[in-house]
Amino acid sequence: MDITRRAFVKATAVALASAAAAGTMSSLVGCAAGGQQGASVPEGRKYTAVCRFCGCGCGVICEVKDNRLISVTGDPDNESNRGLNCVKGYYLAKLLYGKDRLTVPLIRDDSSTKGTKEGLREATWDEALDLVASKLRETWKNDKSRLAFWGSGQQPITEGYCTAKLWKAGLLSNNIDPNARLCMASAVVSFMNVFQTDEPAGCYSDLDEADVFVTWGANMAEAHPMLYSRLTARKLSGEGVRHYDLGTIKTRTSASADKTLVFKPGTDLAIANCIANHLVQNKLYDEAFVNDHLQFKQGTENLGNPTDDGYDASEVGSAVDNVSPITFEEYAARLAPYTFEHTSELSGVAVEDLRELAEVFADPDARVMSLWTMGVNQHNRGTWMNHNIYNVHLLSGKIARPGCGPFSLTGQPTACGTAREVGTFCHRLPADLLVANAQHRRFSEAVWDLPEGYLDAIQKPGFHTVKIFREMSKGNMDFLWTAHNNWAVSMPNLTRFLGRGEDKRGIFDTFIVVNEVYPTLSTQYADVVFPVALWVEREGQFGNAERRSAVFEKAVDPPGEAKWDLWVIMEVARRVLDGEQIGGQDAFDHLFGFIYDKDAADFKGDDRETNRAIWEEYRIFSNPSLNDKAKAINDDADGAFGAKMKMEAKQLAPYDEYLARHGLTWPVREVDGQWLPTKWRFCSGAQEDGFDEVGIAQYGAEGLAGGVSFYKSANMKPSVVFRPYEPPAETPDEEYPFYLCTGRLLEHWHTGSLTRRIPELDRALPEALLNVCQADCDKLGIKDGDMVNVRSRFGEFDIKVSTAGRTEPPAGVVFAPFFAEETLVNLAVQDTYCPLSKEPDYKKTCVSIRKIEG
Amino acid sequence: MKPAQLIAGAAGAAVALQAVMHAVRGQANLLRPPGAQGEGDFMARCVKCGKCMQACPYRALKPAGANEGASVGTPFVDPRAQACRLCEDFPCIEVCPTGALRDVAARKDVRMGVAVIDEEACIAFQGMRCEVCYRACPLIDEAISIDYRMREGDAIHSVFAPVIDEEACVGCGLCVQRCVVGDPAVPIRIACDAERARERAG
Repeated sequence: MDITRRAFVKATAVALASAAAAGTMSSLVGCAAGGQQGASVPEGRKYTAVCRFCGCGCGVICEVKDNRLISVTGDPDNESNRGLNCVKGYYLAKLLYGKDRLTVPLIRDDSSTKGTKEGLREATWDEALDLVASKLRETWKNDKSRLAFWGSGQQPITEGYCTAKLWKAGLLSNNIDPNARLCMASAVVSFMNVFQTDEPAGCYSDLDEADVFVTWGANMAEAHPMLYSRLTARKLSGEGVRHYDLGTIKTRTSASADKTLVFKPGTDLAIANCIANHLVQNKLYDEAFVNDHLQFKQGTENLGNPTDDGYDASEVGSAVDNVSPITFEEYAARLAPYTFEHTSELSGVAVEDLRELAEVFADPDARVMSLWTMGVNQHNRGTWMNHNIYNVHLLSGKIARPGCGPFSLTGQPTACGTAREVGTFCHRLPADLLVANAQHRRFSEAVWDLPEGYLDAIQKPGFHTVKIFREMSKGNMDFLWTAHNNWAVSMPNLTRFLGRGEDKRGIFDTFIVVNEVYPTLSTQYADVVFPVALWVEREGQFGNAERRSAVFEKAVDPPGEAKWDLWVIMEVARRVLDGEQIGGQDAFDHLFGFIYDKDAADFKGDDRETNRAIWEEYRIFSNPSLNDKAKAINDDADGAFGAKMKMEAKQLAPYDEYLARHGLTWPVREVDGQWLPTKWRFCSGAQEDGFDEVGIAQYGAEGLAGGVSFYKSANMKPSVVFRPYEPPAETPDEEYPFYLCTGRLLEHWHTGSLTRRIPELDRALPEALLNVCQADCDKLGIKDGDMVNVRSRFGEFDIKVSTAGRTEPPAGVVFAPFFAEETLVNLAVQDTYCPLSKEPDYKKTCVSIRKIEG
Repeated sequence: MKPAQLIAGAAGAAVALQAVMHAVRGQANLLRPPGAQGEGDFMARCVKCGKCMQACPYRALKPAGANEGASVGTPFVDPRAQACRLCEDFPCIEVCPTGALRDVAARKDVRMGVAVIDEEACIAFQGMRCEVCYRACPLIDEAISIDYRMREGDAIHSVFAPVIDEEACVGCGLCVQRCVVGDPAVPIRIACDAERARERAG
């Protein structure tokens, strides 16, 4: 859809105003592909879109001429960023035009060439599709446990939905998991444990109203640039607004924080408990809120760590999710050891700093916003640490109100929208539903028009991400299909998973299919590479961290023979399901006949019509009244399940609303013919002002403390679960004396396979460096610019040292980013994961560092 | 660089004389290697042996071309192509046989020039979250720091404006090399020592 004349005029006016303020025209032009920057009068056709990179979800306008992107500029009508971008978004137009785009299907005939740049030959689509489908079908018929799909928080919503439907309903396999397992799984499990619903109550507008910000192990200044601009604006414009930054290293975020608390790795668990202890022991918590809203629990403890492959099935491994109710007094007693003194000793943070932070939560008038991402999630007790942040906010009643709340940031553009909301996890069905829950299976069967009981075949969860790769390395996988990720760079313990360790055969024996846009390290291990459309080369949708679903329109065609991922999935699906039936009907047509004509080998409609049709089916999950059978199960009409599902709590609007409105935050409610978004979930107030009026009226209760009602939680009460401090999986010793922390930097996104193709961004940050503090350099006899070898129990890599101070680790901790495939830090990173979420701990691998002479 | 330093040293008055001559006929605006003690002093001492260029592990030092007059063959840095990386042990200074490069005990002693930002052209000043120069700076938070400001006409976004500290900036040029904007011009450049000396001289 071309943007309307009105929107165009408005966009131009806003851009002109901002340019005038800045005194230049160049900002509004953004970057034109091919160096054609500088045209001040937009003249191409315009399309609305969302940035391809991080979880902020900044809106952009794509300008196209002659089927080529000529500029990408900030979208002033998108509420998430209001026209601004970071430097990655500024250069988005060049994303599509790297010199080495994949434009032809590729096949590897000799698997011994894996891991090299050789061995792939060009093929026709038919040959590649036939080969992949025959391998998948053969594995499927032989042993379903030996196949897997590894997806992504970058896979657009409708594509993820169809992939999940193919895997769960078509192949009756739960071996599908996303790379979001590596970033958001701890957040997800904690959301479900505490609230019985995934994703935060608050929204980005909280950044504009908070009095105190607390960042927990999150370098927002680099990893969430535009949100940090917003946080900073609040600090500059609000009276006495403060920011406490907690982390194991000092970052660019610390540089502007009012106080930085550097703690020993893993002791954030104790710090949060210390705050809770202060509130409880001194009766500084919100008593009315506690009485009205909370229930208290404790769970399995002394979890150990999943270092070996058998952990999940072990006695402790299979009990990690267990919890039991306790009284408030029992909870208080569990917290009692976390005094300021004890916590200071554990964490290395001064008693007075801990006290100051605790007092923030004790102030009944302070609106406090906690923000976190990978420091908390990629943690050997990541789920627990999410719990402990919620505990502090729940006890103080600082949640679900404007300017107030725990806010879990996301790292990928649609980690929420696809991985979590669609549910491309091995234990999930769409819209928070679980394969293990019979009511959830019945509901999904109703939406998908499957015979009752059809999904009982998948009631046992499949392999989570680390399990998929561990099984592959042992030779227990025959077929792996990956899309929208670059696992050969982003997975931990690559020494093992790339076949360089003791388990050598797996990766060479597994038939690996990779959907890609550029050659990556992952394509070097692929048996078949499908060249696919990138970003606005097809229409899709992303869902960002504030529950905002947004559409990016198709603006240009994919290059060469590259195809929309969804077409590839349909073409493989129709071959694999050939001759199969569901309820007496052709299986493929039953699942996908509403969008795809298999005889024509094409979609029935164009991109827009196809996406709209998929969305309208997906939307039934959160609008059960659109399907009588689903509605009866949602309402538990016959009492068979003993509970209502309350699926409307995630209500989505009709597809075209998102196009007209440039994104909407769910639940989206129909009021007097208007679809109104919800910014503050569970909070009383007018729907038109962004509060959850409709949701509370339907399932909640008015008049409770704080004006909130947690209507999705069991008994309408979120769970405060006591989670103790338990140490990291590894602690430094004589042989491996340093913690290695990995992460992202502003200029590059994830594994750099996209941003490093943009010359300006490559120029800005061309190499990955190891940040080491001066004291450790002196101890090791190394200096800035030296090459060092970093070795762990898992593997090793070489890297150049920097003491420049972009990040400033304390003694005993070093930091390296993971964007550079030539500096493959994940060769040495542990694949030990949080026992509850199965998310690996990328932040605390113990390493030795040795200077490379010469 | 202080005037007293210019005159000091073994070259003494001869150096001063040469400096005046250069100033009169227009010195080349070349970014000199670390350890140069003013353009006049440097030109008086440099014998164009090329040892500093060979010693530079980053190949940042190039010989000046024929159009640079008397400077032809002397070492300079083109920061957009390859900035000086301020090696901790300064191998270029170490090998200089004539003392044209000298007297650097630590990075902060280097005086190659000072970075200057064209605020009209810099995208960070317009509210884009860029600040690549700041994060690339080897003297981060000293030579370049961020001035956090509200963005005009925008209640919820701020400008992260990179600001140069002329005293702390040593002119290595890494900010220029890393800057993402190149067309029509790079909005950050190094005013080299010779240029600054001329400005001071009025």
